[in-house]
Amino acid sequence: MNDFFLGMSLALGLLVLVCLYRGVGGPGFLNRLVAINVIGTKIVVILATMGFIYQRIDMFVDISLVYALLNFIGTLTAAKYLERRGMV
Amino acid sequence: MILEILSGLLILAGLFLFASGTLGLLRLPDFYCRMHATGKCDTLGALFALLGLAVYHGFSPVSLKILFIVVFIFLANPTATHAIGRAALVNRVQPWTKESSSNAPSVASSEEEEK
Repeated sequence: MNDFFLGMSLALGLLVLVCLYRGVGGPGFLNRLVAINVIGTKIVVILATMGFIYQRIDMFVDISLVYALLNFIGTLTAAKYLERRGMV
Repeated sequence: MILEILSGLLILAGLFLFASGTLGLLRLPDFYCRMHATGKCDTLGALFALLGLAVYHGFSPVSLKILFIVVFIFLANPTATHAIGRAALVNRVQPWTKESSSNAPSVASSEEEEK
């Protein structure tokens, strides 16, 4: 089962790298914002999987929870800034 | 043994949804279309993958925390997607249509030919 978790987190990391293409070169600010949101959601799952790989799930689940909170707050802050100030 | 198979199936379903969301993010033509693909596929993919991890771990406070992450993502991810879409709509980003991409150059060129 450990190999399965390792393969799962490797596949998710590959998907993050593919998403990073849209995050770096995507036209405009909004495409990058959507790509960062998607990458953050994938990182939350990767962190929870890493807890099972290293046998320290009681620690990694807290890190994963905090990452989910920070991802949500960051995306919401950038979206509200764009809404008030207009497109950069 | 049954629980391991069940958690493996849930994780594979989550990986499939993540992959389809990434495909939509790369291939769809417009910002709104990309947001439509990722906003749903990522939420359900995270739900399935984290639920598979919780089923594998069994019943404990840790799996309750994982379920709390699932509930939080299920509330927060559509909210963030809605905020981004609203910011785009307030700033008057025009949605992609079939006419605006494929026919617009030909229409412009025909107008120039008429002139």
